[in-house]
Amino acid sequence: MTRDRRLSWINGLLLPLFNVLTAFLATAVVFILIDVNPIEATKILIYGAFGYEEGIGYTLYYTTNFIFTGLAVAVAFHAGLFNIGGEGQAYVGGLGTALVALYIDPTLSAWLIIPLGISGGLLFGAMWAIIPAYLQAYRGSHIVITTIMFNFLASALMVYLLVHVLREVGQMSPQSKDFPDSAWIPFVHDVFAGMGYKIAESPLNLSFIIALLFSALVWFFLWHTRWGFAIRATGKSNDAAVYSGINPKKIIVVTMCISGALAGLVGINELMGVQHRLLLDFNYGYGFGGIAVALMGRNHPIGIIIAALLFGILYQGGMDLAFEMQSVSRHIIVVMQGLVILFCGGLEYLYRPILIRFLAPIEASE
Amino acid sequence: MNDLLLNLILTLDASFRVCTPLIFASMAGLFAERSGVVDIGLEGKLLMSAFIAASAASVFGSPWIGLLFAIFASCIFAMIHGLASITFKGNQIVSGVAINILASGLTMILTLAWFKSGGITPTLQGDERFLSITLPGVDIIDHIPILGVIYRELISGHNILVYLAFATVPLVWWVVYRTRFGLRLRAVGENPKAVDTAGLSVEGLRYKALLIGGILCGIGGAYIAIAHNAQFTKEMTAGQGFIALAALIFGKWHPYKVLAACFLFGFLDALAVRLQGVVLPVIGEIPVQLIEATPYILTVILLAGFIGKAIPPKASAQPYIKEL
Amino acid sequence: MDQSNIAIELTDVDKHFGAVHANDKVNLSVKTGTIHGIVGENGAGKSTLMSILYGFYQSDSGQIKVFNKKFRATSSRQSIEAGIGMVHQHFMLVDNFTVLENVILGSEGGALISESLDKARIELTRLAKEYGLEVELDVPVESLSVGMQQRVEILKGLYKGAKILILDEPTGVLTPQESDELFRIFEALKKQGVTIILITHKLREIMNITDYVSVMRAGKMVAHRQTSETNPEELAELMIGRKVLFNIKKSKAKSGKPLLIAKNLEIHNEQGMKRVSEVSFEARSGEILGIAGVTGNGQGTLLKALAGILPLSKGSIKILGETISPEITLNPAQLRNLGVAHVPEDRQKMGMIADFSASETALLGYHNDKEINQGIWLKRSSVKANCQSIMEAFDVRPTNPDLKSSSFSGGNQQKLILAREFERDPEVLIIGQPTRGVDIGAIEFIRKRIIEMRDAGKAIILISVELEEIMSLSDRIIVMCDGEITGTVDASDADEATLGMMMANALISQEKSNEAQL
Repeated sequence: MTRDRRLSWINGLLLPLFNVLTAFLATAVVFILIDVNPIEATKILIYGAFGYEEGIGYTLYYTTNFIFTGLAVAVAFHAGLFNIGGEGQAYVGGLGTALVALYIDPTLSAWLIIPLGISGGLLFGAMWAIIPAYLQAYRGSHIVITTIMFNFLASALMVYLLVHVLREVGQMSPQSKDFPDSAWIPFVHDVFAGMGYKIAESPLNLSFIIALLFSALVWFFLWHTRWGFAIRATGKSNDAAVYSGINPKKIIVVTMCISGALAGLVGINELMGVQHRLLLDFNYGYGFGGIAVALMGRNHPIGIIIAALLFGILYQGGMDLAFEMQSVSRHIIVVMQGLVILFCGGLEYLYRPILIRFLAPIEASE
Repeated sequence: MNDLLLNLILTLDASFRVCTPLIFASMAGLFAERSGVVDIGLEGKLLMSAFIAASAASVFGSPWIGLLFAIFASCIFAMIHGLASITFKGNQIVSGVAINILASGLTMILTLAWFKSGGITPTLQGDERFLSITLPGVDIIDHIPILGVIYRELISGHNILVYLAFATVPLVWWVVYRTRFGLRLRAVGENPKAVDTAGLSVEGLRYKALLIGGILCGIGGAYIAIAHNAQFTKEMTAGQGFIALAALIFGKWHPYKVLAACFLFGFLDALAVRLQGVVLPVIGEIPVQLIEATPYILTVILLAGFIGKAIPPKASAQPYIKEL
Repeated sequence: MDQSNIAIELTDVDKHFGAVHANDKVNLSVKTGTIHGIVGENGAGKSTLMSILYGFYQSDSGQIKVFNKKFRATSSRQSIEAGIGMVHQHFMLVDNFTVLENVILGSEGGALISESLDKARIELTRLAKEYGLEVELDVPVESLSVGMQQRVEILKGLYKGAKILILDEPTGVLTPQESDELFRIFEALKKQGVTIILITHKLREIMNITDYVSVMRAGKMVAHRQTSETNPEELAELMIGRKVLFNIKKSKAKSGKPLLIAKNLEIHNEQGMKRVSEVSFEARSGEILGIAGVTGNGQGTLLKALAGILPLSKGSIKILGETISPEITLNPAQLRNLGVAHVPEDRQKMGMIADFSASETALLGYHNDKEINQGIWLKRSSVKANCQSIMEAFDVRPTNPDLKSSSFSGGNQQKLILAREFERDPEVLIIGQPTRGVDIGAIEFIRKRIIEMRDAGKAIILISVELEEIMSLSDRIIVMCDGEITGTVDASDADEATLGMMMANALISQEKSNEAQL
């Protein structure tokens, strides 16, 4: 094998693999520190996620959210942008979905309302990303900082709206009235029941299919259209993009809109799919989780689906784990997310010097 | 009239208390960013050290031990960030995000593991926490109109960490602008190559900067849990690390301007609490959320270049790779 | 040689970067108090060698002695302590620091800077007097001219006690006047016993200013000469390795109608600095127009404006029936559609994307082409087939469109870029540094292709830092200095001396061209 080939193996396969393993290993260490047998915990976790029908449903339901936010972060990454604002975009995107569901004529067909609700999520998610994008492209303010600020702004806005504007009359807790039935995305167990199969009830709804559909769309868009090419070229080299006649400023705005729109889809799963009303913090943690998913999935839709599934397993399995073991809280998955981001992201080059020294030393070139 | 004055003084008084952790965290950020390392992880360090401070203070019964442990924990996080962003030349923002999420998760599982509670530590009693100090001379000045009130309510009666925060700022200014370390710090954030070719260690300087940041964040976190409050509660830093980051940008990486920004943001926060449910003449009730969002809105407007320009140190967020 | 008289002695210094043998058993000995030139082509290993001396890189093997003491630097600190100062090609200054702050950085003395500043102020005033290195001490360096910034770099070295000063291509960024000033400073330094190592690829400088000269080629030190006993011809031969580099057969140009007419162009670069003013010329079909000049005299900026990357501030460009002006801009994509091809000066940054496959690099600038798009679908099979065919046409090796662009050699990368730009049958070709960092075999190939394009009736505008390249390829040559055209000559009348004069001194050549016009 030539050295080039070895290097591409190291960078493309070994390094990501080592990184993920390290993150798992570190999680195991955390388990040991809090006096939990990691193997025992893993068993419970896996059983919780896959051992029974309801568990599988929950796992895939969580996976859906992670696919959306993971795709959002990945698309931005391809343009060289770090969209840390998935949290806020998901929140406001949910508002868009909810507005459609709450204010549209409920007698209309679900075949019309649901696509409109999806469009509402896409549109509002994009809207919440477009200001940071514009400011980065045309005013030179750093997108990371502005998207962080916009997360807090989204939170303040939503609290205000839910407390003062959208709260159902007579209702104490800040949440909207229920969506009409025609704005519900069908549960998978209902769909199966319709076909004559009975499966356990779970929050899993057809948004999961929509998430897979969007993964395919993102894949096609990034690698099989000229716009995707322009985005990836800009992400790799601003100068080369300019040279090619691509306008990087436009790319920044367009890409961030796409990214925000994808994050905005969390609302269709959470609101139209499960809660059937707008409420506080339905987005909580998915935006940041998306960063871990994208990093672990190497910004590729297939990788993202796998990584999202993993986090879905951890979310659902983690719940069961917390239930089974008194000393574990379900926040162990948050720790794990942090460790994945740390080892697959911040410390992604941790093993490179060692791997290169042993597997592709410079002498190997001759 | 007197009522208004008293209200104002009380609001300002609250502002001092609220802006204290902002000052510590933003000064921490100042060191990091001046050295060329972006530190999104201020929030995580505050949260972690708040938790550790409360835990240690509760276990050992001393706020000082709590403070020491908090500083230690925060420094460990700072060194993780250093490892990722300095030694292994990873993405500094990603590393910062990791630290925030880690802190959020670890505080939750550790409260459960150590105190069998979901997200809180035992309440601290009496002198297990930092108590307010009455400054000398309150009795003497007290009978002077206005000045007496100001001295009693505003200046006296804070805990030691509040005074420390305000003393830190001139010290930071002095270090950054008057010492050899400060000169090198400013240089390494602008042009690390110039520092390298001057025979200095870019990595060493950046690690030092992060370590100082770790200490400051540790004090800030300890303040939140064992001075301003008497226990750790879930997510108790509530975005103060990010507000500190905003203040750092708003103050254009200059200690005194950053202090002013911290105070402004602290004041807005204190005001939001005071105005909750209050119906003002003409304007009516101001939504609390709007006031709370003001620091973020102001920072975005500033970043957009509509009120001056915030230009970060040139080398910030770029790992230093030695090449010609 | 008297050992006590030797400032630097290198014995068998060897350095690899991956597969590249940057320094191959280099030997060098520099006498104290002399000006020692090191010449060589780009990539000959001069800068690497000096970086080893300055502690930026470590040699793989070999021995270094500085003032007769064994020396091995792992950081610039050791080099500074040994008495070595270096002025890099790109200055190592903190832009928003004052001159004084820049000078003391790293050698502050105490923990507080006020004392160090006072001390430095006295010392710098003395140095300034002694060597004619006057600089304002309390202004931020970013407000100083390039020449002044270079002085600050020299002062930095001297303040830190340098007895040996290494300067890497110091005149590359200087105006002729500033260069003269610099050489005067060299003389003053030499008188005080400072040893100067001058790295350059300009033979004229070597002949004018140095006492000794060493020649590097492909990582090897190939010759040492006393300057008074050599001549530019010999040095050139040593640098290049054979007497006449290329013998390109080239028929006389059949110039046709002008395809590009530039009138009174004024252009600002990305940083908003005016780099081109009052530039007018025509490029005709069937002709190669060479633009010569010292790096950084506006040629690069001009090239970018012609390719649509930078807007015009004044003037107009008539190109293939369209007119570009400050009001009407055409972006690079629009220009490509018109039939303008552009080979950028900076191959690595602009011409290709290292992480992309060859087929994607071959798509840059042409991703909107109808042939490869079907509706919204970008047909990757067509993209690949297209890349395969242009790779074959230009003999790009390995002929594999799926290979990462960065894994090709410099010459093959450049051939891929040329293939991309040439194979779509453009009418006007804008070519920057076609053979920079390219191996000898590829150079010959590339130059032939450029001439073929000329013979096919294309208008070609060529920019190169290599005067030899300009002279052997062009039919007409314009010379730029300080953003203006300082001369226009027919290639048949051009010789290095006249071109050099035009490149070096704007005033004289302007007078000349004025006279010619009268």
